[in-house]
Amino acid sequence: MTTMLFFEQLLNGLQFGVTLFLMAAGLTLVFGVMGLINLAHGSLYMVGAFACAWVAAATGSFWLGLVASVIAAAFAGAIIETTIIRRLYDRDHLDQVLATFALILIFSEGCRFIFGSFPLFLDVPAILAGPVTLPGGLPYPIYRLSIIIVGALVALGLYLLISKTRLGIRIRAGEADREMIAALGVDIRTLYTIVFALGAALAGFSGALVGALQSVQVGMGEPVLILAFVVIVIGGIGSIKGALIASILVGIVDTLGRATLPSLFGIFMDPSAANSIGASLSSMLIYVLMAIVLIFKPEGLVSNNG
Amino acid sequence: MKFFKQIAASALAIALGSSGAAMAEGAKIGMITTLSGGGSGLGIDVRDGFMLAIKQAGNPNVEVVIEDDARKPELAVQIADKMIQSEKVDILTGIIWSNLAMAVIPSTVAQGKFYISPNAGPSALAGKGCNPNYFNAAWQNDNLHEAMGAYANFAGYKNSFILAPNYPAGKDALTGYKRFYEGDLSGEVYSKLGATDYAAEIAQIRASGADSVFFFLPGGMGIAFMKQYAASGLDVPVLGPAFSFDQGILGAVGDAALGVKNSSQWSKDLDNPANVAFVESFQAEYGRLPSLYASQGFDTANLILSALEGADVKDQDAFRAALKVAEFDSVRGDFRFGNNNHPIQNIYVREVVKEGDVLTNKVVGIGLESHQDAYAAECNM
Repeated sequence: MTTMLFFEQLLNGLQFGVTLFLMAAGLTLVFGVMGLINLAHGSLYMVGAFACAWVAAATGSFWLGLVASVIAAAFAGAIIETTIIRRLYDRDHLDQVLATFALILIFSEGCRFIFGSFPLFLDVPAILAGPVTLPGGLPYPIYRLSIIIVGALVALGLYLLISKTRLGIRIRAGEADREMIAALGVDIRTLYTIVFALGAALAGFSGALVGALQSVQVGMGEPVLILAFVVIVIGGIGSIKGALIASILVGIVDTLGRATLPSLFGIFMDPSAANSIGASLSSMLIYVLMAIVLIFKPEGLVSNNG
Repeated sequence: MKFFKQIAASALAIALGSSGAAMAEGAKIGMITTLSGGGSGLGIDVRDGFMLAIKQAGNPNVEVVIEDDARKPELAVQIADKMIQSEKVDILTGIIWSNLAMAVIPSTVAQGKFYISPNAGPSALAGKGCNPNYFNAAWQNDNLHEAMGAYANFAGYKNSFILAPNYPAGKDALTGYKRFYEGDLSGEVYSKLGATDYAAEIAQIRASGADSVFFFLPGGMGIAFMKQYAASGLDVPVLGPAFSFDQGILGAVGDAALGVKNSSQWSKDLDNPANVAFVESFQAEYGRLPSLYASQGFDTANLILSALEGADVKDQDAFRAALKVAEFDSVRGDFRFGNNNHPIQNIYVREVVKEGDVLTNKVVGIGLESHQDAYAAECNM
């Protein structure tokens, strides 16, 4: 593999990691603060993508669609938190999984009912279409580069929010001891709704960003949800910093694995066997990574209690 | 009132039934297809095409029961058992996906029922596993890919990069392409099934120096690939089977698909009377352009209806023979069955074009003429 190709794959891995981070950040926040396993997080990702595609088609502006995706997902998040999720905090994880799985089905079929079964069209805005030539002569899609930058900005924003604002202090306090902050007079119900809506907004935003690159269709959230769970387990459940490190790690390992393993096996195997074994192994790679991390650090890379 | 009509119809049927083949026989048809969740667009199109033909035929003795398999093999098996045992259907049809087909078809035909496939055509059922009660009205899985391989030779491509998901139909696809393609391969990549990010693969294509890219990525995978491919600035021509460039999907791919050559046994601009009428009536009925899958559903229904014209479904030998002659006006033009009950047909090469604001396909040539699948010889029927 040439250096140029390696560098391009590294960027691809970084971009993939950044989109995973947007999903994982909300998931880990909700789990850390409320102790809730939210399988419907992938549905909020889908809601964001559909809202963006619909508004972009109606108004002709991708940017309005992007705004709509954040609003729609946050709104959907706030609604399901106040009506359904709120009743699950005191239940065990199995009940939470069951109820949020039901939400997946409701969201998926609801989306299909409203938008039909065919994928929606959503394309990157003209200003970000096409490639840009990076130093060294490597052509790289502007849109992917923008995702990396936006993801970095969101990570910075979350860091500032958690560490510098009153809301952030409450969120951290809620993670540490939720009875105590309720006793101190913090409106814990509103705090939970805000945290849930924030996580939902991040998922919706990520859905819209990725939807323009991939396809906007019913069921698009679930594959990403599984990866996001892998990320938060590797990163340490409840830790935003862990989610950031783990998502970039997963993104790069997955992308480089897909790109290099088949040719690596090709050195000592015949091409067709190398292809199929390499392809199979590369799709397992992140789970192997997760297993290795859990052997050495059972609480994840960044442990919240440590 | 309806009751009396039914009695009258039955009396008429009895009166005429003895006089021979003049009156179409009745049958109960069970349709198991994907109507919810991912990939439901395909099942919905098959169903709509099928029901349009049933409606146009107006045979009151044909009853269709439809159930959703949600793309789950275990669910499809349950529905098939229920339809055969308690609903007492004579014919099953409708399955889209090859893995579901493999779970349902062998046991259906083993129980002495007919199965007519409107889509899935796994190689295992075309060769040694062929069965007199199993007919495929669409294609054997490899067919469209084979035609694209033949077209690549015709277009003078010498160095193809080929890409498919890592699952049986993906491997069949690349095998099919390689069976006819004579040039070299600059790369052969199996991506993860369901993957939606193709940055790594596109970077490999760029580095490989290929002169053409052949890919089989059904559903959302193909949409994602085409959009990302267009954004990457690569201008190596792309080839593929119709699945990633069909009517239901083109709208989501957008202009990125313009000019792509793809292979299909059907196209909406095929100039035969049956097809012209089909495209027009489908649009009138459902308010959208028909897809490849809709055409297959329509043909499957017409095949069954044509066999019912001449034979009673309870008389298995007669009905089987009536299916085999396939005396109906297929919307794809000439159509007949080979020894393994799979079609022998032309596979066309289409190009994605824009008609007004709508992306659609137009036929630009024939990839393979009167093509039969590669497994027919292994079938001893």
